[in-house]
Amino acid sequence: MGHIEEHYDVIVVGAGHAGCESALACARMGLSTIIFTVSMDSVAFMPCNPHIGGSSKGHLVREIDALGGEMAKNIDKTFIQSKMLNLSKGPAVHSLRCQADKLAYSIEMRKVLQSTPNLVLRQAEVCDLIIENGEVKGVKTISGATYFSKAVVLCTGTYLNARCLYGSVIDYTGPNGLKAATHLSDSLRANNVRLLRFKTGTPARIDRRSIDFSKMTEQFGDPVITPFSFTSDKRKIQKPQVSCFLTYTNDHTHDIIRAHLDESPIYAGVIEGTGPRYCPSLEDKVVKFSNKKRHQLFIEPEGLMTNEMYISGASSSMPEAVQYEFYHSIAGLEHCDIVRNAYAIEYDCLASHQLKASLEFKAVSGLFSGGQFNGSSGYEEAAAQGLIAGINAGRFVQKKNPIILSRSDGYIGVLIDDLVTKELTEPYRMMTSRAEYRLLLRQDNADIRLSKYGHEAGLISEDRFEKVEDKIEETKEEISRVDKVFVGDNKKTRNFLKAYHSVPVNSGVGLSELIRRPELSYDKTAPLDDNRPSLDASVREQVNIQIKYSGYIERQVKQVQHFQKLEDKLIPEELDYDKVPSLRIEAIQKLKASRPVSIGQASRILGVSPSDISVLMIYIESGKYLK
Amino acid sequence: MICESDTIAAIATPLSSSGIGIIRVSGEESIALVDKIYRGRRSLNDYNANTINYGHIVDQNGEVVDEVLVSVFRTPHSYTGEDSVEINCHGGIFILRKVLDLVYNTGIRPAEPGEFSKRAFLNGRMDLSEAESVMDLISSGSEASYKNSIRQLSGFLKKKVVKLRSEIIHEAAFVEAALDDPEHYELDGFDDKLVIELNRWISEIKDLSDSYHEGSLIKDGIDTVISGRPNVGKSSLMNFLSGHDKAIVTDIPGTTRDIIEERVVIGDIVLNLIDTAGIRQTSDKVESIGVEKAIKAQSYAQLNLYLVDSSMKLSDIDQKYLSSFDPSSTIILLNKSDLDSIVDMDDIHHFFDGHVVEFSTKTGQGLDQLKSAVSDLFFDGNLDSDRFYITSEQNYNDLNDALKSLELVRSSIANGLSEDFFTSDLYDAYRSLGYIIGEEVEEDLVNKVFSDFCMGK
Repeated sequence: MGHIEEHYDVIVVGAGHAGCESALACARMGLSTIIFTVSMDSVAFMPCNPHIGGSSKGHLVREIDALGGEMAKNIDKTFIQSKMLNLSKGPAVHSLRCQADKLAYSIEMRKVLQSTPNLVLRQAEVCDLIIENGEVKGVKTISGATYFSKAVVLCTGTYLNARCLYGSVIDYTGPNGLKAATHLSDSLRANNVRLLRFKTGTPARIDRRSIDFSKMTEQFGDPVITPFSFTSDKRKIQKPQVSCFLTYTNDHTHDIIRAHLDESPIYAGVIEGTGPRYCPSLEDKVVKFSNKKRHQLFIEPEGLMTNEMYISGASSSMPEAVQYEFYHSIAGLEHCDIVRNAYAIEYDCLASHQLKASLEFKAVSGLFSGGQFNGSSGYEEAAAQGLIAGINAGRFVQKKNPIILSRSDGYIGVLIDDLVTKELTEPYRMMTSRAEYRLLLRQDNADIRLSKYGHEAGLISEDRFEKVEDKIEETKEEISRVDKVFVGDNKKTRNFLKAYHSVPVNSGVGLSELIRRPELSYDKTAPLDDNRPSLDASVREQVNIQIKYSGYIERQVKQVQHFQKLEDKLIPEELDYDKVPSLRIEAIQKLKASRPVSIGQASRILGVSPSDISVLMIYIESGKYLK
Repeated sequence: MICESDTIAAIATPLSSSGIGIIRVSGEESIALVDKIYRGRRSLNDYNANTINYGHIVDQNGEVVDEVLVSVFRTPHSYTGEDSVEINCHGGIFILRKVLDLVYNTGIRPAEPGEFSKRAFLNGRMDLSEAESVMDLISSGSEASYKNSIRQLSGFLKKKVVKLRSEIIHEAAFVEAALDDPEHYELDGFDDKLVIELNRWISEIKDLSDSYHEGSLIKDGIDTVISGRPNVGKSSLMNFLSGHDKAIVTDIPGTTRDIIEERVVIGDIVLNLIDTAGIRQTSDKVESIGVEKAIKAQSYAQLNLYLVDSSMKLSDIDQKYLSSFDPSSTIILLNKSDLDSIVDMDDIHHFFDGHVVEFSTKTGQGLDQLKSAVSDLFFDGNLDSDRFYITSEQNYNDLNDALKSLELVRSSIANGLSEDFFTSDLYDAYRSLGYIIGEEVEEDLVNKVFSDFCMGK
């Protein structure tokens, strides 16, 4: 009896947050797609924190939605608490975060996969890539089956050669005891793919019945819930929410940790992977911030179908007994029962500068990759890349140009550009400070910025796209109308300004100028604006933001224009850096290693100086590389 | 980061002591931006391409800084192929620098080494065969100026810059940490605290950048005119000043207008004696010529040394002009001869409320007082070789960039904007200061967030 052989347009390896977006994108683009998972019970599984979004990650989810991805819709169906963060700050850093019902999230995503035409969900471990002459041809599974395809997307997350550690215990599994994928790394190395070893960790899950919440501060969701997806109806999404809780470590906790440091596999030197600085273990916090008297912990529910509570801020790889001891030292957790131990996990991931910005491997045509495998961290970062890798794998099959988002298009553009340009030394997490044009890249305007790309890919319907176009048009018209409205200094104006404790105007002022005052806004000034049309709330929001912050927005728009000029100057693929006279040796080495596509990208490589860039531009312009 | 479409400027003529200097400006907005400081018969925007136009460069208060000829070029017919302006200045090095400062204040940035040539090349204004030499120029030019400025970097400046940078980035990182984890780090009351720091940073950086003017006075000298009625001893004063230490007198060959003839060094002070031709020829027989020269000199010299002979009664003309001199740029030298003194300091103070120094070219009496008067006028009485002065133009420009960024932060706070609007300006200030000590800043902010603040789930 022979082995199974099947043919697809696209194969997606892994059904985590990246894999799901990737496979859905391809199937929705009309391509026959198969997605492999190591376990049918872990589709879109959330092995660590039980929330989606938060600062900058919320932006990514909005952008995924604007491009036609699934994450926002799925969390809108399954959240149990919702909160818009940073509301007291500027609109650019408002960020939505939702607590998820983890199990519901996973089940809902599986439902979506299984009800999408052209898509096959299959449990199997992929062990081998079939690559011939630099082109991917398909994959093999450990059962011996062969699946042929025109494109393959790797979304293997943290499963490659994974091992979980706490104390002296080493489990050779992926997250949460799930089967690790052990063969694929070898297959990748055999194809000259360079892999890195990264590390991350997760805290314990504790039985809610054993927690004394009276010693903690309750954290509620927003009174009015804002949906993640631009397509979700705000009225329909309102529902009762569950709370999170705040507590703190103390001196005693820190003493316990210090006393047992040598039992941590990290401090004992067992773990060689590089850990992320943004989610340090409690051991790390105690050692690196020894002057801090206490560390804040956030207690989050894992869902409505389990008693488990996630102890955010207290990940650890201490032995089980030490974990019990230090968790018990924390206010409210004195008698807590651990349901799942905290652990650290190590895994293989890609040195991601081997990828193009389309997320296709530079060296293997048709092979794409997305998600934590690319060295990122977080569900949202994974989903964002999965979506782009999926779209571009689909377009590869369709023989269309890839869709590449630039740093000025969105956080996704920043994320991918950083991944493929910089040399990572730890899992990459999105932060708003990484987005240099963040005043333009707001979560409120993700649809305005990105729907055109989703539409081009075929993931945003004609109808939805037209609505966005209308919104853009209405916003523009209203801003130019408001710009011409003049508010006279009369009794009505004076009373109005008085009510808002706003300075009176002498002999009148433009309405836009009033809107710019911190204490006023577009909506508030309605009484002074007789001919104001009735507009949708989302349009009013855009009008307000664009008028209120116009000075800052215009400055960034100008910066983007400068930036874009350098992005548009492409570096010929055949360019031989060794032949460029006057280029410094360090620059030559860095440029050869990363082979940037544009002058702009080259300028972001550490070790390439502005004068190197000038030299490079002149060399390219002179056409000398052609000889 | 270099911006290809920025408008850039630099002094195009070698910085010699010649009276004429050309400032070249190139880029899309060059004509409109230079027009902001130009006063002529028409706006620069209205002049035809390839024309030379007479006018004045004025400062923020509308005061005339120099009389100039401005050439206007329009793309593609210019050296760089872009819209360009060339400002021909006549007032000597000091004025040239001042005009350049005004140019920078309009938003034009200093050109990188070789940048004009680079633009010329990229715009097809240069032959292909020239490409390599331009590349060489850029890489060696920037290397040289970079090395030069690092080498010249004093321990004092470095320490100061390092401290300022670490304070600035700490605050920026705190904001970013709070934006990233708002339930953990609070920004309540942060602005009030930041404004205090901000004011301190701004005044410290201002002190540094202000010292550049004094620094360049020390390095390049003070343009000085000797004036006075005929036969009061101008010529002997000049001979005395240039002769008192032959070894350090430099003879600068008369250039276009014979403006500077002698460069004299008195202790730490360098005086560029200008417009001495008239004095040497002793042809200013008519009393008013010498004095009028002094009045005129005030418009282009930085220092006017007006000589009065103590053995001769103050004439009407002396009295008239003494009362019109600007005490902040004039020192009256009361020349003591062997004859009996008729005029004393009090007589002069009656008309002139400034520095008066009794001087004898024979005995050298008064030289120290002259020195201290100059120091008073130009160095706040603080001419001290231990004092620190910025002397590199590059450092000066970087300091000013940092200042501009910090002032943007201040205005954002004043306008009631939240922290996320200005951290990038804080970071820009950090970056500008970084150039001074030659540090790359990639990822510094993210690194600082993690090193100073305990983040994460």
